[in-house]
Amino acid sequence: MELVCPAGSLPALKAAVDNGADAVYMGFRNATNARNFEGLNFDEKGARRGLAHAHAAGARVFTAINTYAAAGRWHEWTDAVDRAVDLGVDALILADPGLIAYAAADHPDMRLHLSVQASATTPEAIEFHRRRFGVRRAVLPRVLSLSQVRRVIAGTDAELEVFGFGSLCVMVEGRCALSSYVTGEAPNTAGVCSPAKAVRWVESARGRESRLGGVLIDLYRPDEPAGYPTLCKGRFAVDGQTYYALEEPTSLNVLDILPELQQAGVAAVKVEGRQRSPAYVAEATRVMRAALDQAAADPEGYVPDPALAARLDRLAEGRTHTLGALQRRWQ
Amino acid sequence: MKISLGPILYFWPRQQVLEFYREVADMPVDVVYLGETVCSKRRELGTDDWLELAGQLRAAGKQPVLSTLSLLEAGSELGVVRRLTANGEYPVEANDLSAVEMVAGTAGFVAGPHFNTYNPATLELLVSLGAIRWVMPLELSRDSLGAMQAERPEGIETEVFAWGRLPLAFSARCFTARAADVPKDQCGFRCMDYPEGLPLATREGEGLFTVNGVQIQSGRTASLVGMIAELEELGVDVVRVSPQPAHTEDVVSLLRQTIDGVLSPAEAAGLAEPFATGGVCNGYWYGNAGMAALS
Repeated sequence: MELVCPAGSLPALKAAVDNGADAVYMGFRNATNARNFEGLNFDEKGARRGLAHAHAAGARVFTAINTYAAAGRWHEWTDAVDRAVDLGVDALILADPGLIAYAAADHPDMRLHLSVQASATTPEAIEFHRRRFGVRRAVLPRVLSLSQVRRVIAGTDAELEVFGFGSLCVMVEGRCALSSYVTGEAPNTAGVCSPAKAVRWVESARGRESRLGGVLIDLYRPDEPAGYPTLCKGRFAVDGQTYYALEEPTSLNVLDILPELQQAGVAAVKVEGRQRSPAYVAEATRVMRAALDQAAADPEGYVPDPALAARLDRLAEGRTHTLGALQRRWQ
Repeated sequence: MKISLGPILYFWPRQQVLEFYREVADMPVDVVYLGETVCSKRRELGTDDWLELAGQLRAAGKQPVLSTLSLLEAGSELGVVRRLTANGEYPVEANDLSAVEMVAGTAGFVAGPHFNTYNPATLELLVSLGAIRWVMPLELSRDSLGAMQAERPEGIETEVFAWGRLPLAFSARCFTARAADVPKDQCGFRCMDYPEGLPLATREGEGLFTVNGVQIQSGRTASLVGMIAELEELGVDVVRVSPQPAHTEDVVSLLRQTIDGVLSPAEAAGLAEPFATGGVCNGYWYGNAGMAALS
C-alpha cells in the first residue's frame, strides 16, 4: 500500500518526502482546497520547489482542489486545475462533479482522484466518475466498516485510498454543514471547518470557555487540557446529560488492521493533517512508513507494534485513538 | 411557484405516517417526496407501502417523488435504491451519487439537497443525465442562487428548502443510540420516542442542533417564508416544507396564501414564526451563519 502524506507547506512536504511518503498531497492558497487555513498551502513558486523536491526523491505529488466551485466564481476552480496541470503534478484530487467533468474534458491525460469530499461510499458512486470521467482512484469517507470497504473494492475498477491516521471526521465528508450553520463557513464552500477566526477563548468564573461563532463548545476546569473547538468534538447537553454528544476528541489510527486493509486490496493509506506542523508530519510519516513496511514484509505475522501506536498517540487529538467506523462497535 | 413537502425526516409510527399523508392529500401542495432518507433500519413502511402512498397522492392530484437514502453503506441499502430507481412510474429524488448513477439516463429525476449542486457546470451535467429538478444545497445564499439561476440550463426546475429543521450532517454513527448509551446494532428504535428529534443544547442552555439518528439537524427552524417574493423573482419553481409532527398544514397554508398574493411575505413570515420549533433562522440566505436570524 502506498503512503500518502499531507503537505500544508513546503517544510511539511519535505518532512513527508524525506521520511518515507510515497506521495504527498497539497493545495493552493485559496478556497479551492478543503484546508484553506491562514498561512498554509502553496503559491506557484512553492509548488514548483515542492514538486522538484518530491520528484527528485521519487515521490508523487497530488493536488487537492476539493471544495465545491462557487456559482459566479467558476474560473477560480478551473484556474486551479489548469495551474496544477501546468505545474506537472501527478494527480488532481477533486470532489465537484462539474469540475471533474471540466478536468476530464480539458485535460484528458491528467490522472484524477475522487476526493473524500465527494462522499462516494459505494461502488456505484465511484463508478459514476470512473466510467464517465476516467477517475482512477477514490478516497473513502470515514463512515464504512471494514467489510463495507471490502465490498466497495470488489465492486469498482478504481483504486481505493483510505484514511490511516489523523483527525477523525465523524460525519460523512462533503455532506457536513455544521460549521457553516454556526460560522457561515464550511468545507464544501470555503474549505474550512470551525474556522480559526470564529474561535474565541474566554476565561470566566466557570472556567476556560471555548467558543465558536459565539456558541459555547466546551468548558474546561483550570487543570483540564483544552482542545480546538470543533463542533463535533464539543460537550453538549442532550436529554439532561452533558457529554461528548457526537464524538470525543480522538484520532483515527488503523495500525491494528493494516494487514486486513492490505489483503482487502486497499491501494493507499492516507495521513490527515495539512494543518499540522512539519514536525508532526515527519513523525506521523516515519511511524506509518515503519508500520506499512512491517505489514508488507510479513502480513501473516504482523503484530501492531505498541511503541509505534504510542508514538502516534502522542501526536493524536485527545492523545487517544480509535478505528472509527471501520469497527462496527464505534458506530 | 409550486409547494413541495419534503420526505419525513423523523421516525414516526406507521399509523401516524399514513394519517399524515391522508391529510396531505387535501393540503395545497403540488409535489410530495416520499420515502426513508435517514436510516435504513426504520422500516415502519416498506418500498411497497411508499409506492402505494405515491399512487394515492397522484390520484389526489399531487406529483409524488420517491426519495432515496442519503448515506449508503450496506449492500442491502443499495438494493432498495435500485428498486426505487427502477420503479418506472414516479420520478426519484436521488440523494447521493449512487442513486444518480442508477437513475441516470432513465426517467427524469430530482437531484436532492445532499447531491452538492454548487455551480452551473454541475447543473449542465445533471441535465445531461436526465435531471428535471435540482434542490439547492442548504448552505447556499441568495447571491449564489442568483448566480445559479442566471446560468441555469433549459429544462431543469429549481427547488429551495423554505421551511423546517435543516438536515446539516450525516454519520455512520447513530447519535440517538449514543444518547441512550446503546449500540447502534441494538438501538431499539429509540428515535421513535422523538417525533421531531432530540434537542442538543450547549452547556449554557442554548439550543444548537437536533439529534435525529444518524442525522444532525439545525436546532432552529429555517424559514424563507419572508423571501417568497425574492424567490419568485429569482425564478425558483418549487419551495419545500419539511414535515413536522404539528403545524405542517398551517405553514403550507401560509405559503400558499403568500404565493397567491393573499398575504404579504412579511405578514406570512410573522404568522409562521409561532410554528417554528426552536425559533427561526435564515442566515444562509444572507451568506451568513445558518443559525442567524436576520432581516
